[in-house]
Amino acid sequence: MRVEFLYWDGCPSHPQALRELRAAMSELGIDPEAVAVREVDSDDAAGAERFTGSPTIRVDGADVQEPGDEPTGLTCRVYHLRDGRISPIPDPEDLRDALRLALTEQEHE
Amino acid sequence: MSLSIGDHVPAFSLPAAAGGLDGLGGNTPAVVVFTCNHCPYALAWHDRILDVARDVDVPVLLVNPNDGERYPRDSFEAMQQRVEADGGWPAPYLRDEDQSVARAYGAKTTPDVFVVARDGTLAYRGAPDADSQDPSQGAAWLRGALEAVLEGRPAQPAETEPVGCSVKWKA
Repeated sequence: MRVEFLYWDGCPSHPQALRELRAAMSELGIDPEAVAVREVDSDDAAGAERFTGSPTIRVDGADVQEPGDEPTGLTCRVYHLRDGRISPIPDPEDLRDALRLALTEQEHE
Repeated sequence: MSLSIGDHVPAFSLPAAAGGLDGLGGNTPAVVVFTCNHCPYALAWHDRILDVARDVDVPVLLVNPNDGERYPRDSFEAMQQRVEADGGWPAPYLRDEDQSVARAYGAKTTPDVFVVARDGTLAYRGAPDADSQDPSQGAAWLRGALEAVLEGRPAQPAETEPVGCSVKWKA
């Protein structure tokens, strides 16, 4: 399983998001240190990484909340929580679902 | 440059998304909030700030200073569309196109809240409340500062750390 965590240091949400991602990984028996953490620090890098805001989290290449037509760039990312609130970090349940899906696919390989 | 508590705050007049000009002159006490369209922190706190504007008989001025070229969601046109889509706001949404107001105030983030006392000095600067993710906070720091200035006493706290997306300065 490949877990990627991309962040921009200009947005303050990444430490909490990384903590929550690692907690979800631990909960599901995945090594929390296995996450690949990468800083995105330029508009060019944001374009190359398809980075639509900080943080962007992908599990086996799939975004934990598909960004739709959001433009790439150095900004904080807007997430929608399951109760409808807007948040700078993804819903923890979305993180768990993405990890569970990858685990299930891994089992079927 | 950044304003300190007790400093006289600069007056300004800016184009409003709903039309015309609005701003800070002699209409104090007042609240100036630097905010924007694209930041999750600004969006999460938005309803709480508008609730304050509805609840108090004090001007609340929302100022978007972000570079609209690099961040098209913060262009004046996008601001106008947002206000129109909401059927109007209880506070003017103002465009700081040359970012001079944000620079004069030393705005750091969206949101960044400035409460101006009756004598035109800065009474509070910082976040609306302690947690963007907890609507029950109800912009408590902003409301507390407003109550203080209306009663002629110092705000407690007078300063908190603004939390949000950095202001998107033009290159």
